[in-house]
Amino acid sequence: MATIKIPPVLRASVGGEREVSAAGDSVGEVLRSLVEDHPATATQLFGDDGELNRYVNVYLNDEDVRVLDGLATTVGEGDVLVILPAMAGGR
Amino acid sequence: MSPSGAEFIRQVKAQVAEIDPSAVHELVGNGVAIVDVRETEEFATGHLPGARHLPRGYLESRIEGVVPDRDQRVILYCASGTRSALAAHTLTHDLGYQRVESMTGGITLWKDRGYLVDVPQTLSAEQRERYSRHILIPEIGESGQRKLLEARVLLLGAGGLGSPTALYLAAAGVGTLGIVDNDVVDLSNLQRQVIHSTDRIGMPKVDSAEQSIKALNPDVEVVKYQTRLDASNIMEIIAGWDIIVDGVDNFPTRYLLNDASVRLQIPVVSASILGFDGQLSIFKPYDGPCYRCLFPVPPPAELAPSCGANGVLGVLPGTMGLLQATEVVKLIVGAGEPAIGRLLLYDALAATLTEVKVRRDPECAVCSRPPDSIRDEEMGVFPDYEAFCAAAG
Repeated sequence: MATIKIPPVLRASVGGEREVSAAGDSVGEVLRSLVEDHPATATQLFGDDGELNRYVNVYLNDEDVRVLDGLATTVGEGDVLVILPAMAGGR
Repeated sequence: MSPSGAEFIRQVKAQVAEIDPSAVHELVGNGVAIVDVRETEEFATGHLPGARHLPRGYLESRIEGVVPDRDQRVILYCASGTRSALAAHTLTHDLGYQRVESMTGGITLWKDRGYLVDVPQTLSAEQRERYSRHILIPEIGESGQRKLLEARVLLLGAGGLGSPTALYLAAAGVGTLGIVDNDVVDLSNLQRQVIHSTDRIGMPKVDSAEQSIKALNPDVEVVKYQTRLDASNIMEIIAGWDIIVDGVDNFPTRYLLNDASVRLQIPVVSASILGFDGQLSIFKPYDGPCYRCLFPVPPPAELAPSCGANGVLGVLPGTMGLLQATEVVKLIVGAGEPAIGRLLLYDALAATLTEVKVRRDPECAVCSRPPDSIRDEEMGVFPDYEAFCAAAG
């Protein structure tokens, strides 16, 4: 199981959790297992083409999966995925 | 028989080109290399505007670092014109510099003619005391404090993030603080915007911030922009600042700021906050990624909680604003590892700090190109702000 850190804008879609665990051997599998458990996250993460939305960054540990193998990047036991949409509050 | 010292100097002066201070005065700022060959303590008491400093004792070993091109026009000066003549002789006859002149009469005659000299800023006794805890840290010291006093930092917003940043940068002695904010102080601001106060409700935030800054540190000059940053004014407002501190609350301005700061090559210390979460990174154009490398496209409006009022823990902008202020001081004094190419994620509820790497995008729409190729009409390309927020409902 990998741990996924959930950003503020997605927490409502996962019942308010800040971190969830999900199974899978690749980034794509882990995220799809998140979507199965919490269907409201689907449109926020994935576009109609099944690819990650360009405004959402996903990091495996501290590295952007786009500079690794994207959704095919291998995920090991105990790895941490960080989902990061842009945030702009400053007030 | 060997000549006397005075005779030798006369012979040397006959073999070098000399130039009168009035002619040098015409050349200041015209790309001619003006080099002061006096000792360090002499240079520190005042020098010609724009002069480079190379003590005569280091002339041969360091001239290439100061004037790499042997065909460049070089004017040397000292106190009275003797040391510079000797140095000009060396550059011309031993080191192959083609266009070297020595200024007659040195800086003494220059001053007698009434021309201005630049006097490097030194700390007053009061400043030495005020900043004594900085001066004691080797990474800052007196030279770092002088850099802080000479620095110009522009704060976008005197709100949640801007309040603590402005106060601590003022306390640290950052010499000039610019503040851009179009709002007035509201009661609901005071849960977190600590630069303002209850008796200033209704006052423009730039004026309230100036009052607090001046009360804390009268050394600081405050430049106020009571306006909203937009495409029509951004280039004019941000040009000439050393560092920009970004605390803006909406995506369109973030993209606009990014594009303008890349074009002007000004580093942006950026933070954002929501609820119990904060993000921080430095976008230093061409040294590291820009905001568009991190987020090439903004999220759709329904996923961008930046339009209306959102809840935020009052302490959180303090935490994130002071991380910004810390990065600003580090950039100014050149200490440590700035958060360039790294995004720090602070989760206040979990009390964790997570770091992810941000890389330059070789295909970035903005910073993969030379700065002067970014055109006005391309900057801040983004859906219309009102329409964007209206769509967010």
